[in-house]
Amino acid sequence: MLSCKEVSRLVSQGLDRRLGFVERLRLRVHLAICDGCTNFKKQVEFLRKAVKQLG
Amino acid sequence: MSDFRTRVEGERPYLLRYAALQLRDRHAAEDVVQETLLAALAGEATFAGRSNLRTWLTGILKHKIVDAIRRASREAPAADEDQMEEFFDETGHWRDMPSAWADPDASLEQKEFFAKLEECLSQLPARTAQAFMLREHLGFETDEICKELGVTPTHCWVLLYRARMALRLCLQQNWFGR
Repeated sequence: MLSCKEVSRLVSQGLDRRLGFVERLRLRVHLAICDGCTNFKKQVEFLRKAVKQLG
Repeated sequence: MSDFRTRVEGERPYLLRYAALQLRDRHAAEDVVQETLLAALAGEATFAGRSNLRTWLTGILKHKIVDAIRRASREAPAADEDQMEEFFDETGHWRDMPSAWADPDASLEQKEFFAKLEECLSQLPARTAQAFMLREHLGFETDEICKELGVTPTHCWVLLYRARMALRLCLQQNWFGR
């Protein structure tokens, strides 16, 4: 099982590169049971949207 | 002064703010804006017929910003990788678990939100902010950003990761968690 630290790093990288099959699987398993990381994922996705609209 | 020149000059404060946010260096920002205004005046004919002066100028400025970052990264060495101890304990658990943000999209309608976001961005280390803005605002791919900043892909991901961690915490503390 990945730690929250590893998951947060993968969530971030998932916005910058295509994750491998195993990475995606391990991510999904963790996110299914972890509210903190699920919230983190939503927040960084929101950040992307917000920063696009700056200026 | 011609009318076009006056209008272009009038956009200087906006362009300066935009450039400073991404370059994080007042002098570098003034330089790229100056280059942009000169290029704009020389290229008045190119603008003819287009409707939005600010959009056109911002387009020129974006290229100047990328050039400036490219120049600077040839001179500055890359920073060390970060272990993120401030966010996670030794076992890799969140020190402060992210909570759900209520209706974040509503914030996108508020000027105050974007002011806060800029404030949070301005607290990031310069290279972290540059990498993040290249990626999320200017829409570059990671391998392009690595090239511009002169760092490895792994380091590039670390910069982007760090930026996201710091920004979400800053917004949590100063906006969503209030």
